[in-house]
Amino acid sequence: MVLNIFGFILFTYLMVNVIEIANVSVRLGDFLALRDISVNIQTGDFVAIIGPNGSGKSTLLRAILGLVPLESGRIKIFDKELKMIPPEWIGYVPQLKTVDRNFPAVTCDLVTSGIHRRWPGILTKKDHESVSEVLAKVGAEHLNHKPLGQLSGGEIQRVYLARALVRKPKILLLDEPATGIDAVGEDYMYSILDEHLERADTTVLMVTHDWLTAKHHANQVLLLNHKLIAEGPPSEALNDKHLRAAFGHVGHAHDLPCDGASDV
Amino acid sequence: MFEALQYGFMQRALIAGLLTAVAASYYGVFVVQRGMSFLGNGLAHATFGGVALALLLNQEPLWVAVPFTVLVAVLITYVRDRTGLAPDTVIGIFFALSMALGIVFISRIQTYTTDAFHYLFGSILAVTETDIVASVFILLLILITLRLWGRWAYATIDREAALADRIPVKFDDYLLSVLIALTIVVSAKIVGIVLISAFLVIPAASARLVSRRFLGMTVVSVVIGVVTVIIGLMCSFQFDLPSGASIILVQALIFTVCLLISMVAGARASLISKSAVRSKS
Repeated sequence: MVLNIFGFILFTYLMVNVIEIANVSVRLGDFLALRDISVNIQTGDFVAIIGPNGSGKSTLLRAILGLVPLESGRIKIFDKELKMIPPEWIGYVPQLKTVDRNFPAVTCDLVTSGIHRRWPGILTKKDHESVSEVLAKVGAEHLNHKPLGQLSGGEIQRVYLARALVRKPKILLLDEPATGIDAVGEDYMYSILDEHLERADTTVLMVTHDWLTAKHHANQVLLLNHKLIAEGPPSEALNDKHLRAAFGHVGHAHDLPCDGASDV
Repeated sequence: MFEALQYGFMQRALIAGLLTAVAASYYGVFVVQRGMSFLGNGLAHATFGGVALALLLNQEPLWVAVPFTVLVAVLITYVRDRTGLAPDTVIGIFFALSMALGIVFISRIQTYTTDAFHYLFGSILAVTETDIVASVFILLLILITLRLWGRWAYATIDREAALADRIPVKFDDYLLSVLIALTIVVSAKIVGIVLISAFLVIPAASARLVSRRFLGMTVVSVVIGVVTVIIGLMCSFQFDLPSGASIILVQALIFTVCLLISMVAGARASLISKSAVRSKS
């Protein structure tokens, strides 16, 4: 009995809100990209943010990172304002297009920038060890000294994931991490991510178009089309009604190998 | 060659030339990697506007050209940031505006002046002790801001990631523009306004061709800048050529050498990978 009470208290303590989004609206120019979004994300959640193109998915991630100003509402991380949280607590994998592939750099430079939050000049022995360890984790140790310009789309996504993981983040924000990767590479990347999450106490928010990915890997879904259409476990959030509200159709959702056809 | 150093004007030109070469080739790596080569041109012409205004007001050109060019640099960065217009469009507008003002100012000067020509085409004879003090100041600014190299490079390769890591990217944009503007004004007398953007770009572009890492590119760029200024100034003295043109011609030669090296290295790498594929199959 005492153990049960202790366990309950411990469980309640551990399930704190990692990210608290309250009545957030974001305006991009004349356009209201996010309208009155309220969500709480808890420790260890793997949250998939799903919605059609231009529905505000990336804007939500950017709002959490403080990259776009909020028109209204507030976002708290570990119950604090973003600027009170050390940047190292958040690992970010931006969309592929943000990287300048023409920049003279090798993989270990890019990964080390994740440790120091600046571009490295001379790498220390400790830097090399950290980089080798994390590249091995994402199956990219052979890319350590390869120029960035020679990496394929899938390789650079893996390297970016390594850069985000090397700082051992408490929160991992992934903006369409499977862009430019073939199906095999995508499976491999998610297996890396799942394996990492099993061992680390990391909360993940991932923008994706892919309902199937959300079903397989996420335990929570935010269905978004400028406003929050639905939130909850994939089996509840991804039903016909919600998908029609978000996408205007249900598309291939019927093909999902879910627990029960009625779920989706 | 060493006999040239007996002359005071040559000593002044060499000191100012070396110091500004370090600055121009150091900032040049950011200019090249950020695709801002046209900024050098725009700010050089802003310098012309400032020098012309100083000559009209009968003042020391440096003290008018510095605030004038820095103001134009800040305005270019501000308008680019606020309007979303392409950088070359904004630079082109301020480039033309500064040049037009410069021409108007020159046309109002009653007496003939050679100073404007020194600034336009560069002259080792025109370098004064004031220019040396200004060059030392530019070098001090580099030393003070040297620790920002890493975060400037970080924002250059991935602005979004740098912003997410709370690097003050917009502040750095202004800072970098102002520092580049100062370097251009101080270098103008040696290299000349019409050639100064090349002075900024060629060492960095040459270094890019032969470097795998950004640190290497920065070091190689500075070395090329320094070496080409020494050779260029000696040629200028020896063959009685304009200093700016001599330096830029030497830099163009170095660029050609770097281009050949990179092409040979590329062809060699391609051959090696083809033979590796063949041996596997």
